[in-house]
Amino acid sequence: MGMNSTYIETDIIIIGAGPVGLFAVFEAGLLKMRCHLIDVLPQPGGQLTEIYPKKPIYDIPGYPSVLAGDLVKNLLKQIEPFRPGFTLGERAQKLERQADGRWCVVTDRGTVHVAPVVFIAGGLGSFEPRKPPIGNLADYENGRGVAYYVRNPEDYRGQRVVIAGGGDSALDWTIYLADEAKSLILVHRRSEFRGAPDSVEKVQRLAQEGRIRLITNAQVVGLTGNGRLERVTIQHDTDGAFEVDTDYFLPLFGLTPKLGPIDEWGLHLQDGAILVNTYDYSTNLPGVFAIGDINTYPGKLKLILCGFHEATLACQSAFKVAFPDKKLSFKYTTVTGIEGLPVETPA
Amino acid sequence: MPEHVITITVIDRENHTHCLEAPTDMGLSLMELCKSYGLPVKGTCGGMALCSTCHVYVLSEHELPPPSDDELAALDSAFFVKTNSRLSCQIRLRDELEGLRVELAPESE
Repeated sequence: MGMNSTYIETDIIIIGAGPVGLFAVFEAGLLKMRCHLIDVLPQPGGQLTEIYPKKPIYDIPGYPSVLAGDLVKNLLKQIEPFRPGFTLGERAQKLERQADGRWCVVTDRGTVHVAPVVFIAGGLGSFEPRKPPIGNLADYENGRGVAYYVRNPEDYRGQRVVIAGGGDSALDWTIYLADEAKSLILVHRRSEFRGAPDSVEKVQRLAQEGRIRLITNAQVVGLTGNGRLERVTIQHDTDGAFEVDTDYFLPLFGLTPKLGPIDEWGLHLQDGAILVNTYDYSTNLPGVFAIGDINTYPGKLKLILCGFHEATLACQSAFKVAFPDKKLSFKYTTVTGIEGLPVETPA
Repeated sequence: MPEHVITITVIDRENHTHCLEAPTDMGLSLMELCKSYGLPVKGTCGGMALCSTCHVYVLSEHELPPPSDDELAALDSAFFVKTNSRLSCQIRLRDELEGLRVELAPESE
């Protein structure tokens, strides 16, 4: 795995480790091309794992019904012989063409990937935290009091913390940080919580014991500070607005897909999707292909099964880009079986 | 009015009113109808009650089936939510919805 490397060379860089990106590894592997996947989420599977792992899918050929999470597990098993590399928890930030004609993809954490071919299998885009509509929120991001993830719980030791949200992450961090923080307030828009019943019960117990303050039917609507967050304004449905002094505000409203940096890469887009040639799902950039929900063309259907087909055809052209001097011969897996690839070696 | 067609009024985010003719025999959702008319409704998740980009306010007094757990969960993490908030992907077009009036909720970010 390339998770600890900072420089990775491969045949195909796949941006997005959802079902279509994963299946592309299989089709590339049949042609002896090595792949490395990049995904902003900490685990492979894309939206199937992140948002609907327990939903059944009914239109995967050969499966009358398969849970999204199981489909991802099966895909991972299917591509295992081809030993793909993964850069997970990092967002593909830059796509640049090198002097040697190969592409270089750099993540937000500085990991560099180089390959002759890039597959963009970005689905709905990259999953980013859902931000509440507070005008000056950005003024307090980046270490000035507002955070959308808890990266290091130590940061909150002895601090005053306000958490907003009603789902699992808001509840889990409330429970965890109740011990660390000097004071903790959980603000939720409704009086019911939708998180795991066990967590809901724990949070209610913490509130009864006076270890946290629970403010329901309320929302954080304003932030005040001088360069750094000092106070939040909480609007209660019936009691009106009031201010609370705090060091940190953690709005934890889950993740939402954003197109992200893809629109800065010089690709031809239409309504937020990448325009491709349906001959091989190539984009306007040579050696860059777009497959799955991220692309568009006349008659496009956003279906996993269509993405599988797109990945398969894209691999044929990718081979010609990666190995212009080699001859490509088409083989059936029923005839030749699966011949795996050796372990990826760091460049 | 032909059979199995109803009229639905949608007020967009610029306060323009759109009268949409909606077939009720195709299993369409209100989100899909809005998209087919080119209204600025994203429907990113494709109608699974996950993304809340099809959030609307129901202005008329029509009786709608209560929201599912999935829809409540999505609305829980959405913004600009009011007591008449619904996800339009969860509203199936039926004959009983003749005259339904909704307003598109603001987009977050």
